[in-house]
Order: sequence, then C-alpha cells, then structure tokens
Amino acid sequence: MPQLYAMRRARNTILMTLSVAATVVGLGWLVLVLGALLWNGFTSLSVQVFTEMTPPPGSAGGLLNPIVGSLMMTAIAVAIGTPVGILAGTYMAEYGKYTNLTMVVRFINDILLSAPSIVVGLFIYEVMVRPMGHFSGFAGAVALAVIVVPVVVRTTEDMLILVPKELREAATALGVPRSHVIAHVSYRAARAGIITGILLAIARISGETAPLLFTALNNQFFTLDMNAPMSSLPAVIFQFAMSPYHDWQNLAWAGALIITFAVLALSIAARSLAGRKVV
Amino acid sequence: MTRMHEVHRGGVTIPASGTGANVDPPAEADEKVSVRGVDFYYGDNNALKKITVPLYARKVTAFIGPSGCGKSTLLRILNRIYDLYPNQRAEGEVLLDGENILSPKQDLNLLRARIGMVFQKPTPFPMSIYENIAFGVRLYERLSRSDLDMRVEQALRRAALWDEVKDQLHTNGLSLSGGQQQRLCIARTVAVKPEVILLDEPCSALDPISTAKIEELIDELTDDYTIAIVTHNMQQAARVSAYTAFMYLGELVEFGTTSKMFTAPTDRRTQDYITGRFG
Repeated sequence: MPQLYAMRRARNTILMTLSVAATVVGLGWLVLVLGALLWNGFTSLSVQVFTEMTPPPGSAGGLLNPIVGSLMMTAIAVAIGTPVGILAGTYMAEYGKYTNLTMVVRFINDILLSAPSIVVGLFIYEVMVRPMGHFSGFAGAVALAVIVVPVVVRTTEDMLILVPKELREAATALGVPRSHVIAHVSYRAARAGIITGILLAIARISGETAPLLFTALNNQFFTLDMNAPMSSLPAVIFQFAMSPYHDWQNLAWAGALIITFAVLALSIAARSLAGRKVV
Repeated sequence: MTRMHEVHRGGVTIPASGTGANVDPPAEADEKVSVRGVDFYYGDNNALKKITVPLYARKVTAFIGPSGCGKSTLLRILNRIYDLYPNQRAEGEVLLDGENILSPKQDLNLLRARIGMVFQKPTPFPMSIYENIAFGVRLYERLSRSDLDMRVEQALRRAALWDEVKDQLHTNGLSLSGGQQQRLCIARTVAVKPEVILLDEPCSALDPISTAKIEELIDELTDDYTIAIVTHNMQQAARVSAYTAFMYLGELVEFGTTSKMFTAPTDRRTQDYITGRFG
C-alpha cells in the first residue's frame, strides 16, 4: 500500500472514532435523561393523574388543575402572540422590507428571542401583577405571549422572505392589489413554515417555568378563573420535585412525562409539516 | 405578402414567416403603446437611455440584444412592475392609448390588469390549476360559477393546455411540467382579458416542443392582443414577430419590421449581432 494512502486511511480512522465517540457521549446523556424520565414517569402515571386535583402531602391525587391551567394559559398566549407575531413578520418581509424600522425591529426581536424568560416574568410582574394587586392566570398567559411573539415574528419573516419574488411579481402583474398578493399568494406559499413556527413557539412555552412563577404563581385548587392565580404543570413540577414527599415527587415525574410527550408530539407535527411540499 | 421566405446571413438560415413580416409600419393611430424618451435607473445606474419605441396594435414586437442590454428592464417599465422596488425609477413618457402611464396618478392595479406579463420562469401560484386562473378574474369581475368555469376553460383552451389538464383542474398547479406551467401562466394572463401582453423570455426554460407550442400560441393571440416579447433566440424573434427592436448597452439601436431587421439592418451593430459576431 502506498505510504501516503496508508497515512490518509489512518487519519480517517482516527477522526471517525473521535466523531463517533462524541456522538455517543452527547446522545448518551440524552438517553439517560429520557430513560430516567420514562421509567419514573410511567411508574407514576395513572388515570388519577388526569382526573384528580393536586393533593396535600400524604394523600392521593393527580394533576388535573395544572394540566387545565397549562392548556388555558398556553391557548391564550398563542391567541395573543400569534396574530401579533404574524402581522409584525408580514410587515417586515412584505411592506417594510427596505425600511430602517424593519432593521430596528429585527434587532430587538433577536434580543427578545434570546432574553432569559425570567426577565419576561419580572416585567409582567411589574406591569400587570403589581397594579392588579394579585397573581393571575391572565398575567401568566401574557408573559407566555411575550415569549411567543419573537419566535413567530422570526419564522414568519424568514418564511415570507423565502417566497420567491417572481411569485409576488407574477401576482402583482395580474393587477392584484398588494394585500391580496400577501393573503392569497405569499401566505399560501409560506403556510407550512409559519404553522411550524407557531408549533415550535407552543413547544417552547409549554416548558417555561420562570415567567409563570412571577405571574400566575400556582394554585392547589381547580379554577377556570383567569383572574385568579392559576396552576401550571411546570410550576407544579418545580414545587413537587423540590418537596421531601415521595408521592409529590412521583406526581412531578408524571407531569414531566406529560410535558415531554406534548412537546414531542408538537415537534413531530412541525417536522412533518415543514418537510411536506407546499399545497 | 410572402408567408415564408428564407434569410441567409453569415451562414445562419432563418425562416422569417410570422404575422405580416413584410408589412409597412401602420399609421400613427395604430400605436397601442408609445415609449417616448424613457430613461431608467437602478439606484444611480442609468440602465436605459432615452428609449423611444412603439408597440403597434395587435402586432408582435420582439426585443433582441445581448444579456444586460435592458430588454427586460424596458418590459418591466410598461406595466410598472419595477414600482415594487423603492430604488428603481423611470423618467420620460409611456403612452398607453395616449395616456401617460408613468404619471403618479396612474392606478397601478388597473394598469396591470390592462397590461399582462408572463415571466421567464414559470410562476404558478401555490393553488389548484383552476384557482390559478380564477384568482385574477375574480378581482375585476363578478361572474357566476358557470361563467367562471367557462372563462377558465376558454383561457386554458387558448393556451393549448385544456386537453392536458381538463381532468385535473383541482390539482395543484405546481404538479404540472415546466412547459405546462408556463402555458398555465399564459392562460392566467389571458383570462383577465388584458389589452397588451408582455412576454419576458417565456421559452428560455422550456424544451423545443413546449417552445413550439408557445410560439403557435403567440401567433394566435395577435388576433386580439398587442404583444411585446423579449427573447435571446433570434430564430424565435424572426418566427413570431412583425417588428423587431435591437437594443445594446441600454440604448435602442434600431427598430423596424422584422424582415427588414433580419435582411437589411441599417446599423452595423445590429448586423453584427444578428449574424452572431457578438452577444
């Protein structure tokens, strides 16, 4: 075997070994985390988790109130954040593409996108919780909405910019007004991407704890009143996992498992949408 | 009028048939569009210099010239599609039936409904074949369902596409082949009943069979429409047009009947270009 070739082969083997090792180390931790979660989560999971309220220590119970609270606050956060995000993204990609305002908004949006979520929680505490005088589910939803907005703005803008300008020109050349071009051509072409962005935003907020601790706080009773403190899965997991009580810790595992599966489902949906050809 | 005669020049044989290749320029009254002393700027770059050229009613005018000479730019002035981009501007006069369309008072959507455009790359909208055509029609006319069906069928028949797609009108326009997509775009343009049709290298992305179909189609469309076509293919210009304009470096070098331009051009540069000495 020529010497040069042998050396190249040897180098290839070394690099490949290192790459595989790095992958195994990285994935290994993930497998351990997921393994612990699945094991502890499934042993703690039961029908009662979905039907009963959070119990006092030492008695049986479930996670109905945090599940409902999380669903309600997430739904309202998405209902507030999505229109704002889509409209802002539309302005940036369609109307104000060449303006300074767009550049400023994009810059600030990027900061917001990576801002620690606890800062968002403190901010909503200052502007909503303190003036209102009490924690509330609504404040929690607004805090989550603030996290939704930058994600949706970013994906909407990115996806609309990917729509070829020829398509816009072709529609415009038919005498179609701009608002129609956006609503019927650009949005259609970018639809899968925009929906993916919304799903990813939901996945992002469904695990957020910090912004809820300052806003919705927690509630050990079942409530549908958005004007009262509201329970949520991340907050309950936080509280129960830190507690010394074994049954609370088990419920925390079950809650973690539920969130993980919800996020997994959202990710799968987002992936399959993103991979599908535009209709 | 000779329907078919051969042009021998520099070894190239160009069949110069087409509509009225030997006709004298019609009277002034037949000018559908008059471009008068038009300058065009991309930012500070003066891309077109004092262009003056007529488009005669119900005739095909071909624009030829090497890449970057401003042919497409000129076409993009005629329906003011350049208005989408803030740093592009035109100066001078373009008269459509005697009205200056470069005037700021011009309603752009109405103008574009009167002057349709087909682009180099096929640009079907992300919707069904039927909707691709109905979309533009619905904006300017209120038609009953059956009238709209009829209009869609007519447009597809005109574009020689009906037989190929009549059983799949509700499948996505993107599922068609490149040649079919381009004919769909022509059908879409014809369906809104414009007065002038601008074709910007409509065949450059197509195979010879699709090209032949589209050339036949252009020939038929001259019964009702005034057509301007930009092409890199001189045989195509000779085949489909009655008048030819040769452009070079942002200037209009020569304009005349196609037969004269290809047999006895007066300008040295025109002769060099059509004999293939440059470009």
